[in-house]
Amino acid sequence: MNFVVLQFPASNCDQDAVHALRNVLGQSARLLWHKEHSLGDADAVIIPGGFSYGDYLRTGAIARFSPVMQAVQAFAANGGPVLGICNGFQILCEAGLLPGALIRNRSLQFRCESVFVKTLTADSPFTNRVPADKLLRLPIAHGEGCYFADESTLATLRTENRILWRYVDEQGQATELSNPNGSLENIAGICNEGRNVAGLMPHPERVCESILGCDDGRWIFESLIHFLTEKAAPAKPEPLPELAVSDR
Amino acid sequence: MKAKIIITPKKAVLDPQGKTVQNALAQMGYPGVGAVHVGKYLEIELAGADRETARRQIDEACHKLLSNPVIEDYRFEIE
Repeated sequence: MNFVVLQFPASNCDQDAVHALRNVLGQSARLLWHKEHSLGDADAVIIPGGFSYGDYLRTGAIARFSPVMQAVQAFAANGGPVLGICNGFQILCEAGLLPGALIRNRSLQFRCESVFVKTLTADSPFTNRVPADKLLRLPIAHGEGCYFADESTLATLRTENRILWRYVDEQGQATELSNPNGSLENIAGICNEGRNVAGLMPHPERVCESILGCDDGRWIFESLIHFLTEKAAPAKPEPLPELAVSDR
Repeated sequence: MKAKIIITPKKAVLDPQGKTVQNALAQMGYPGVGAVHVGKYLEIELAGADRETARRQIDEACHKLLSNPVIEDYRFEIE
């Protein structure tokens, strides 16, 4: 599968995303500079973390107007999967591809640590392989990761099952202490109405190899790969087993 | 012409910066300090002389780029 990882001025998690996809998961993955107008043969788009445009004005506010984002909008409108990680999530919200906004962490601290997230639904290209009840231990590194949306948007996200990941403690409880940034309802990641665009603040691309201490990030990328593989060649029905014939 | 734009967080949005500044002012001993909200101020130099066009363009720019309508309000004046 062909993955395209966008690169804006001051993106800094683009190489990690390419490494995880290409070297660890064996996929075709390439960087795409933000000035390009075409996604080429991309099957999926990753918008990586970083501080695009120095977070000037607001995080993601300027990146969303980059030429490549028009191609991403069209790709997403056509059902193409797009995953925004950290700054990528911020860019998707600014671009209106996801509802709500990411604002300054409630503690005003930049939080750089590992958190637990619970996957709330397997019904998405990004979560279909995550075992039910499995908590993912993912690193975060952000100063503006507090998810905010008005009450009607939150209600819609809840009703439509579009909250994909929630910050939880080791027991899987969404407590205030387990929430690193003050996000409403401990929301760590969401998807759009079409379920093909998702964003999350934690960094799965940083934990795809056990030598790094954890490989829980793989579940998210493997879900995406599974989704794309199924889309390309839907599973054929199993042939009926042949009846064993005694040869006595 | 010059556009002077003020962008403020919406009332419903958490404003921990504002709270921190409020606490700091109280700690410094200023009496009766109430809620504080921290926003942004922009000045944009504009060529041309047509105020109505400028007003329309700045309004559009505020809505599209300079502010995020999900979390911010804006107001401006052209002088």
